[in-house]
Amino acid sequence: MSAHLSRASKRVRLSHRAPWVCQNCQRSFASSTRWQIERTAEEKKAEERTTHFGFDTVAESLKASKVASVFSSVASSYDTMNDLMSLGIHRLWKDHFVRGLNPGIRPSSASSGQGQRILDIAGGTGDIALRMLEHATRVNRDTTAHVTVSDINPEMLAEGRKRLSQTPYAAAGRIDFLEANAEDLSAIPDASIDLYTVAFGIRNFTHKDVALKEAYRVLKPGGVFACLEFAPNLGNPLFNAVYKRWSFSAIPLIGQLVASDRDSYQYLVESIERFPKQSDFAGMIQEAGFVVPGARGEGLEGGWEDLSLGIAAIHKGVKPVK
Amino acid sequence: MSSSLLSPLPLRSLLRLSPSLRAQTFSVLSRPPPNYPGHVPLNLIERGALAVGSALGSITNPYRHDLVAALAEATSSPYFIARLRRAMLASPTGRRILRDKPRITSRSMSLEKLRLLPEGTVGRGYAAWLDREGVTPDTRDPVRYIDDPEEAYVMQRYRETHDFIHAITGLPVIIEGELAIKAFEFANTALPMTGLSLAAIVRLKKAERERFWKVYGPWAMRNGLKSGECMCVYWEEELETDAGVLRERLGIEMPPDLRKTRKREREEKRRAKEGVE
Repeated sequence: MSAHLSRASKRVRLSHRAPWVCQNCQRSFASSTRWQIERTAEEKKAEERTTHFGFDTVAESLKASKVASVFSSVASSYDTMNDLMSLGIHRLWKDHFVRGLNPGIRPSSASSGQGQRILDIAGGTGDIALRMLEHATRVNRDTTAHVTVSDINPEMLAEGRKRLSQTPYAAAGRIDFLEANAEDLSAIPDASIDLYTVAFGIRNFTHKDVALKEAYRVLKPGGVFACLEFAPNLGNPLFNAVYKRWSFSAIPLIGQLVASDRDSYQYLVESIERFPKQSDFAGMIQEAGFVVPGARGEGLEGGWEDLSLGIAAIHKGVKPVK
Repeated sequence: MSSSLLSPLPLRSLLRLSPSLRAQTFSVLSRPPPNYPGHVPLNLIERGALAVGSALGSITNPYRHDLVAALAEATSSPYFIARLRRAMLASPTGRRILRDKPRITSRSMSLEKLRLLPEGTVGRGYAAWLDREGVTPDTRDPVRYIDDPEEAYVMQRYRETHDFIHAITGLPVIIEGELAIKAFEFANTALPMTGLSLAAIVRLKKAERERFWKVYGPWAMRNGLKSGECMCVYWEEELETDAGVLRERLGIEMPPDLRKTRKREREEKRRAKEGVE
């Protein structure tokens, strides 16, 4: 089993060293869609509860480490790949996301004590954290806002450390790094965070509802939960048809050509496909106890903001003040 | 199986394609299942894009061996890899290789044992070459984009036996040596990637290029064409054969030692410079 979790393996799919079988012989066996891994009886029991990993079904216990190994191999070429896949538009999405949240509290004689505390989940490379700090400092003249960057993957976090250490914010002690699984933020005390953000991370979580409950726990009453994530389908069917073909054909191919890793990008597009649609996800946010601003009616219409015809969406929730 | 592979577009021209090409006209949203672990079926457009992208990528960055591998796979189907497989099937040893499907990895080729073989044997020469060049029989990139599992094995075998060709000809891993081997392989196996990779001649220095056109290119073409199919050599059984005997059996002349030639040239240049000063 440890062979499958090896960090050195860049392959996301479990590989099986079987001898080559010619096509005729293969057809006479049972469906050759996936090779079964050999498992002991104990492993079989532990792996009974399964979840999706892209289009694969994996044991829940395996998903977190498989996600971690996907991001180890994408860490260094993350930005190049993001630019190629979204044709640079991901920068606009992230800028819009941060501007919409307007982090930072304008200093006044009434402001006291601790600055705004922001927790950026799955924020490894520091994209969002840096934007938050820049906005708070430059737009709102807030020099006390603090960001904790958290990620399950130490290599993404190392990349973030490298980038943010070159900014004045690191020297001013306004950034912290935390290697943690978003479903278990026990290192963060209850009701201590003003703003919880997760950008393009939540689709990788094994249990989104547990992560949402943790978000609810760590946020102060009145605190804001904000999530920027891909949506599985576009509104317009024609654009959706083109978008899907781009996702499943060009993106893994670009992954192969640029990052020499087709499998990780295949996983990325499959995980987008598996993510709940906007109204369902807004429902999950509401279930965790948040108030979804702007939501109307049964389908919670208006409870989110679509970006770029529905390729990405921003979901927000506010922890009610008791 | 063919119905699930046919594209939904009702174009007559698609139906008129040969079966092997028609199998590559599916929609990416309904990709056919893989034929072997790691297999990724590609349609014609994706295959073309992979060929172009990997060609550009590998010439701009020659360290991207995975792109060279992808180029080989994208350009070999449907004809060239099938031709190579047929050539293997035409020989008794080739047929045995295809039946046994041996794999060459750092585990299956024990270097310690090879180093103990007598001087002049293929195995000893292979181990010595690996040591001299500082490389290992690492697992080569696995084949992913060839649809037929046996053809995929032929490509994998080609990749894994490439180092043996280096060993019996003595050509080094530097770009000059690699190009000479690629030219030899082009004449011997007719795989398009080997021919396309000769575009890297533009990356050679002037003296190297001249040497290629005058010495190594003609050597490669001459020997590649007249020698037997190198793919049909069961290398695992030839480890204790004398290298010279094997070369004679295959019909391969030993090319001039490239490292020695380069060293001599470097020393002449240095002496000329010192003489001037």
